[in-house]
Amino acid sequence: MSKVRVLVGTHKGAFVLTSDGKREKWDVSGPHFAGWEIYHLKGSPADPNRLYASQTSGWFGQIIQRSSDGGKTWETPGGGLKPTPGGMPTGESNKFAYDTSAATGKPLTTHQWYDGTQHPWEFKRVWHLEPSLTDPDTVYAGVEDAALFRTTDGATSWQEIAGLRGHGTGPKWQPGAGGLGLHTIILDPSNPQRIFIAISAAGAFRTDDGGATWRPINRGLRSEHIPDPTAETGHCVHHVAMHPKRPGVLFMQKHWDVMRSDDAGDQWREVSGNLPTDFGFVIDVHAHEPETIYVVPIKSDSEHFPIEGKLRVYRSRSGGNEWEPLTKGLPQNDCYVNVLRDAMAVDTLDSCGVYFGTTGGQVYASSDAGDNWSPIVSNLPAVFSVEVQTLQ
Amino acid sequence: MIQVVLPAHLRTLAHVGSEISIEVKGPVTQRSVLDAIESTYPMLRGTIRDHVTLERRPFLRFFACQEDLSHEPPDAPLPEAVSSGKEPFMIIGAIAGG
Repeated sequence: MSKVRVLVGTHKGAFVLTSDGKREKWDVSGPHFAGWEIYHLKGSPADPNRLYASQTSGWFGQIIQRSSDGGKTWETPGGGLKPTPGGMPTGESNKFAYDTSAATGKPLTTHQWYDGTQHPWEFKRVWHLEPSLTDPDTVYAGVEDAALFRTTDGATSWQEIAGLRGHGTGPKWQPGAGGLGLHTIILDPSNPQRIFIAISAAGAFRTDDGGATWRPINRGLRSEHIPDPTAETGHCVHHVAMHPKRPGVLFMQKHWDVMRSDDAGDQWREVSGNLPTDFGFVIDVHAHEPETIYVVPIKSDSEHFPIEGKLRVYRSRSGGNEWEPLTKGLPQNDCYVNVLRDAMAVDTLDSCGVYFGTTGGQVYASSDAGDNWSPIVSNLPAVFSVEVQTLQ
Repeated sequence: MIQVVLPAHLRTLAHVGSEISIEVKGPVTQRSVLDAIESTYPMLRGTIRDHVTLERRPFLRFFACQEDLSHEPPDAPLPEAVSSGKEPFMIIGAIAGG
């Protein structure tokens, strides 16, 4: 029988929620890594018991954790208790060093600071982990200050894919309120050489050669917070989603505006339609209906909570423009939580499940594609990320 | 043996108790103590000092013998009471909320 495993990253630890295919009764395990910020954790499509977690702290920096048993036990890859009489240990799973080598790297230049001055690149944390579609030991990591890293040895060592940071527009990238983070990584299942990423606040980028070269894909975006609202880069993209069977179609929740591209990002058009506000963070696609998409509208960039205190998921069955509010089971008064960019996911059961977490510590689930909702848990620390695994 | 007190989160990460004993060869300095800690507990690399610059992480401080040694040069000798194992070298997380 099918099972569902929901991986939740929070402000003070990670939680693993499991249920059978009915999705009515849930077991809750955690907190794992109690007291640490867990920006993201995600399982390998090639080996669902292989999980990776980004564990971070303002005091102690960045740690990567790995599980090989579905989250029951964890290890720091390469960081075990192995005294090395010959010198320092080689395992450094928490080492993310920008590549400035002459052979493969790029000079460590500057990006824009909040006030428009230039600021040196500094590693702060891993925002997003994206395991390879085919190899459990290969994972991509999106980090702050924005860059893309990759491991091919199960997170023991990480190397920067320096072509992205160094391709030339870096001095025009600027941090959003949460920092200059690379938060979205989408691997194209039909083309192993193609990767999409997005950065706040720089925009979306695409490589068609496995990461060697990159180009901005922001044509059609309009952002009033940059001097030229239609500039090539500088846009605060909050999240991008793709249905795996339609890899050329992308959906984007921008700082303001919900956008759609039908040509792998070459051109975008707005599909906000009748949304009550087009500000928000999350966006996702139904597992079986590539034209059914979900957002959670947030009042504004200065008021990060739902309009009128009503938590509403909006669903479009037409790929945008026409939206319907989904409210059954969600609080419709006095609700002032936020739903952060990596905090929505779907399962792939016949009746598609949709899940999202809030900064108020609730994780809501719908086992009928959004028609009805109920909380799995209600009192976790603020939820940073939600990922779902459908297990057979 | 040098006695080192770790903050709670690093004890969990290294699977140790509140105080660890570390063997340091040669002069006992901040650098040699941290080198020995990281060699014995590789998962702590990057958590006390930056991977690349090897500078102390900004929200950590080093105390010993009722003194704040955070801003002492990394190669300066630690107090004799630390190098003889009578007093611990203490790695402290700054009180900054969280």
